[in-house]
Amino acid sequence: MTKRDLLSMDDLSRDDVDLILDTAESFLPILQRDIKKVPTLRGRTIVSFFYEASTRTSSSFDLAAKRLSADTIALKKSGSAVEKGESLKDTILTLSAYAPDIIVMRHPSAGACRLAARHTPASVINAGDGKFQHPTQCILDLFTLRQAFGRSLDGLKISIVGDILHSRVARSDIAGFRMMGMDVTLVAPPTMIPREMASLGVKVQSDLTGIAKADVIYLLRIQRERMAPGANFLPSLREYARVWGIDRSRVRPGQKVMHPGPINRGVEISGEIADDPDTLILEQVEAGLATRMAILYRTIVGYSDSVTEEE
Amino acid sequence: MSGPIDEVTILSAGQIARTITRMAHEILERNPDEPALAIVGIHTRGAFLARRLHAQLATLSGRELPLGELDITFYRDDVGTRGVGQVRETPHPVLKGTDIPFEIDDAVIVLVDDVLYTGRTIRAAIDALFDFGRPKAIQLAALVDRGHRELPIRPDFVGKNMPTALPEHVSVRLSEYDGHDEVVLERGVEEKRS
Repeated sequence: MTKRDLLSMDDLSRDDVDLILDTAESFLPILQRDIKKVPTLRGRTIVSFFYEASTRTSSSFDLAAKRLSADTIALKKSGSAVEKGESLKDTILTLSAYAPDIIVMRHPSAGACRLAARHTPASVINAGDGKFQHPTQCILDLFTLRQAFGRSLDGLKISIVGDILHSRVARSDIAGFRMMGMDVTLVAPPTMIPREMASLGVKVQSDLTGIAKADVIYLLRIQRERMAPGANFLPSLREYARVWGIDRSRVRPGQKVMHPGPINRGVEISGEIADDPDTLILEQVEAGLATRMAILYRTIVGYSDSVTEEE
Repeated sequence: MSGPIDEVTILSAGQIARTITRMAHEILERNPDEPALAIVGIHTRGAFLARRLHAQLATLSGRELPLGELDITFYRDDVGTRGVGQVRETPHPVLKGTDIPFEIDDAVIVLVDDVLYTGRTIRAAIDALFDFGRPKAIQLAALVDRGHRELPIRPDFVGKNMPTALPEHVSVRLSEYDGHDEVVLERGVEEKRS
């Protein structure tokens, strides 16, 4: 098997991304049948290891692997030997002894997945590392956008609003959205936009006046757990909600709203908008399953088209 | 491995049309009073052949049978064993999708493929069908049977029996996909068995 990791959006070409999205689309009908399972990855082993809390990513990877008939082991930091002081390297070496085909990993430190990939023959899929990258979130966001707007996302205007500084989702999404030719604007208080962002070919705004022009408003959660203690990024959550929170008065009818979850109702998004039919948050969760099936499948099969002319 | 490739035509366009008509007759003879007869083609060319058979059956019997298509990609037994880059490029690298728009429980399904070879594709197709329900029976129609079976699978309806050597390759070309109708035997092509 060719080892091929998915650590950051840089690991994927435009063709790779299109192929993953097309593959995900072909899994959709399977998910609507009575028997929602295909034998494709029968006998394969997929280990997922989450050093950090997760609902959507870990559950969708686990279900995606099961839908493809792979065997899965799901580990979390709590309850594992990490709590007894085992190092990342030793944990990876131990898990590799089971000869898994893929290790899906989430970790609070940027670059941890790259380190892990050096110590295992398995393909490593980054399910979020610190504030660095979350490539599978980007793929599911692109899939959601494609379902909502059609195959070509070229020229689609998207405003990413919120805590961009601490967001691995923003880093992966900016790369993926730009790759698809989308028009990306970052909107946040100046303390929450890292300086290097302007060099990524995106526009930067420090107030909400421009978001009415966007086709999609992409909201990010304030990640207080990643803010250094005592750091002064924002005066208070109440203040943030008043100035930056997205409610009915700030969304025009028909404008799509996305959010990677978990949402904080009443902070970055009002309850009314969270439950609005134009909000794509649940579509994003749904897209997570088909796209992660596609990513697992492509990681094992490879990125050249495997659909051969049959005899 | 590539040597000089020479081609011999096995079936012309006219012969393909006559063969499909004959196979349609045989399907009706075999299933004279079957109320739940249905046709399912295997992607890619089997699906086009299935449509032609379906049209011919409608002409002969006056009945519009249920018609479906099957993509067996996710049921293959060699997933990931070919390695990246060893796979023959398709002219249209699109994912084709499965469409079974009828109830398959208790149906008699005629599975249609272009070339019957190792039988592994048919094994995968049977598995795929059973994930939609429990058919009463599955029958197999193939335009060309080139031999070299690796599984205990035999066709019920064959357009042409064509004993071949392993290095040979049978190409079915259909106007819907390839621009014209023709079945050729290619020599000097090293084929990975599938």
